[in-house]
Amino acid sequence: MSEIRPAWLHAAILGGFCTVFGTALALTDGATREPIRQRALEDKMASLAQVIPGTIHDNNPVSDSITLPGRDGTETVVYRAMMGNRATGFAYEVTAPGGYSGPIKLMLGIAPDGKLLGVRVISHKETPGLGDKIEVAKSDWITRFTGLGMGDPPAEKWAVRKDGGQFDQFSGATITPRAVIGGIRAGMEFFAANAPRMMETR
Amino acid sequence: MSADYGQIVKDGLWKNNGVLCMMLGLCPAMAMTGTATNGLGMGLATTVVMASSSLMVALLRNYVTHEIRIPTYILMVATNVTVVDMVMNAWLHELYKVLGLFIPLIVANCLPLARMEAFAAKERPLPSLVDGTCVGLGFTFALVLIGGVREIIGQGTLFADAALLLGPAFKVIELRIMPADWGILVMILPPGAFLVAGLLVVAKRMIDLAASGKTAAAGVATSA
Repeated sequence: MSEIRPAWLHAAILGGFCTVFGTALALTDGATREPIRQRALEDKMASLAQVIPGTIHDNNPVSDSITLPGRDGTETVVYRAMMGNRATGFAYEVTAPGGYSGPIKLMLGIAPDGKLLGVRVISHKETPGLGDKIEVAKSDWITRFTGLGMGDPPAEKWAVRKDGGQFDQFSGATITPRAVIGGIRAGMEFFAANAPRMMETR
Repeated sequence: MSADYGQIVKDGLWKNNGVLCMMLGLCPAMAMTGTATNGLGMGLATTVVMASSSLMVALLRNYVTHEIRIPTYILMVATNVTVVDMVMNAWLHELYKVLGLFIPLIVANCLPLARMEAFAAKERPLPSLVDGTCVGLGFTFALVLIGGVREIIGQGTLFADAALLLGPAFKVIELRIMPADWGILVMILPPGAFLVAGLLVVAKRMIDLAASGKTAAAGVATSA
């Protein structure tokens, strides 16, 4: 190098690059925000259809929803399946803390009698090939909760086998199923606490 | 340095293979290779980012001063990765659902940065694009190899769930090599990655040594 360039020159060049790339990011974010929101909505409708069988309702659960306050000040949107004027099922999102790398989002479908219509994982950051067996596309593990409820099995059996419960963890991963089962339990407790309000017909 | 594309391709894919020779990008190579399919997904996503980042660095190489090149390159890779992540989420959503897990991890990979510093910063755009692509493909090759070995020994399958990544047509490559109850768990866990990667490095050296013995070429160890 023939001469030492002044520091302000480097600063200016770096600042210029930051501006250009920052702008590029902002533009991309602006262009993709709406489609991404749309995709997330479609995913939600698809997972809703998986936890509420189409045969038990004649309404559109996505448009018939009520918002209930959760325990920690958050709000839970409950999608209701109606047959005529009677509520036949409820679906709502549960965030299960304690996943291997961050919280796991579940969609729970539950019948008015408290039995699970189905459970699906909406989003997670678990290890691919190990913890991602909670996805229904990768394994049928998550389907085993269908038809069960609080009391069947008894509350203390709602845990992975390693913790004295009745559900199998899968090979190499205990933390992930433990978090999912904890989330399902929390979701059923939420139902027990809010059932009367969910049943209210407008 | 004039561009010798044959040499660039050979170096990128085999001789200076990112994982097996340069020992770079080991974090994703260890973490994402529980199955061959995951290795393939991670490898392909990295290849896209490497090719585009190398091209960008080469195009801008005359404007980036030596002193600030590292932060600038990091900025470029991070921007590229974030843009790819958002665009895929918005318009290639099915693919994103499978590959999305891998994309943010590319930022933590030092292989793109190393190639920018060692190659793209000094070369014209086209050779840089070829270099980025080939090193990326070499990376993919190594990851599929590590993932394949771990998957066969660890759970008895090869390319499990490949149809989710590549489409239903690829259902045929999902193989079960061992009986269904087969599984040596340690190979799926992190130690398995180190074992397999280490053995593959040895295997590569032995192949190179055997080849150089025949052609009486100089040595095995090379530098980028």
